[in-house]
Amino acid sequence: MTEAAGVLCFAMILLVPFASLGLALMNTGLGRSRSAAHAMLTALCIVATAALVFFICGFCWAGATGRAAHSINIAGKLWNWSGAEAPFFGGLPLDGSTPSLVALLQMLSVGLAALIPLGAGTDRWRLAPACVSAAVMAGLTYPLFAHWAWAGGWLAQLGPLYGMGRGYLDAGGAGCIQVIGGLTALCIAWILGPRRGKYGASGMPAAIPGHHTVFVLLSCFLVWLGWCGLNSAGAMLFAGVAPGTCVLIVVNTTLAAGLSALAAAAITRARFGRPDASLCANGWVGGLVASSAGCAFMAPAVAALTGLVAGALVTLSVEWIDLYLGVDDPGGSISVHAVAGVWGLMALGIFGRVPAGQWLAQLTGVATLFGFVFPLTYTSNWLLNRFLPYRVSQEGEWQGMDLHELGAGAYPEFVIHREDFTQR
Amino acid sequence: MRVAGFLLLLAGWAIVLSAAALLKPSAARAAFVLAGVGVEALGLVLAVRSYIAPKGDRG
Repeated sequence: MTEAAGVLCFAMILLVPFASLGLALMNTGLGRSRSAAHAMLTALCIVATAALVFFICGFCWAGATGRAAHSINIAGKLWNWSGAEAPFFGGLPLDGSTPSLVALLQMLSVGLAALIPLGAGTDRWRLAPACVSAAVMAGLTYPLFAHWAWAGGWLAQLGPLYGMGRGYLDAGGAGCIQVIGGLTALCIAWILGPRRGKYGASGMPAAIPGHHTVFVLLSCFLVWLGWCGLNSAGAMLFAGVAPGTCVLIVVNTTLAAGLSALAAAAITRARFGRPDASLCANGWVGGLVASSAGCAFMAPAVAALTGLVAGALVTLSVEWIDLYLGVDDPGGSISVHAVAGVWGLMALGIFGRVPAGQWLAQLTGVATLFGFVFPLTYTSNWLLNRFLPYRVSQEGEWQGMDLHELGAGAYPEFVIHREDFTQR
Repeated sequence: MRVAGFLLLLAGWAIVLSAAALLKPSAARAAFVLAGVGVEALGLVLAVRSYIAPKGDRG
């Protein structure tokens, strides 16, 4: 990578925290007002924990292309399955070289991935277990898959070794970041169970609207900025595209997000008579997620189509998961990140400017996410929940996470409990 | 049912890996990969069903 490309890449990486900020703000806005401060503090602690754990041991497994790795011989071919770096970034020159930029981008993006499950655990996930869960993701599940996909691991080698297109491609982290985060969100939602009062005696879900729609919609602009940086930096570092391709990447990212949000608006308008603000925001982020995999390998029209389908998938799956699966996911994390991420990965294989056989590599990647990462994530979180209960007590949930865990509310000058007005 | 679901997810992944590693590029390889994904889908359905509480028991 030339010096100019390195500078551009570094600038793009610096935009990634805006995506984390946007997700944190969105999760907070979609939750209850009595848990707002807790949601933001938990987001901050999760990002901090994930970065620290990735620095300590995550990068050991994640590694970077061309650096030390562990391989095994299967049927005469070497399968590169893990990085072999030293802990604490040992031996990694932090000087603007390609491996150092890879390490920096991954340290920021693992925080983004770890934030995603917080949307599913809003209003009931305690602070300490959330940080421990983030540590497991940053130290185990994310680095392993990131190595396979981004650091010359066996998924990336499916092309040269087995004739599957270019091998598994995921420029902006639709699989590594989004699907891993979305599947973890499903595990967390299962383990925590629904919020009290979410499902009535008949089993029908009650609508618990978010407390701050302005936060939710403002966060759309922030995540857009973050995603432009994430997709551009990822494409340069992990897919080897030229710096000039960043223009195409930003155009594709914007079109996918826009069409996805418009699709969500049209569908909610048709179904409910009015566009739904929170679902439109979910659609916007879903479009960004779907754009991540193929942002550098799609024509703008194809990226727009990918976003359009993502918007429909997100809008319909949010309702389906809530109503038919009984999964309480206040932030829509499962639909936005897992469903749209899988769609984005497959859309690249089917519609992208890629060699024949690419769809098989993409499908193998998706199968790995569901067949390996998902069971590993569920098992590790299920075990952790045995020793460190994830869910707040019934009293704490009624009181609100702010008062119960932090001792003070986010909006102390506002009366936020309807019960206070009720004559007894 | 939940454990069976997760075991099926693992088994499906094993089928996908085996097909990728052992078979040459052909329609048969694609068919085996698709079969592995089908097994995973079955496992996912089982895992999901194990978490769907009977109506009235939720919340």
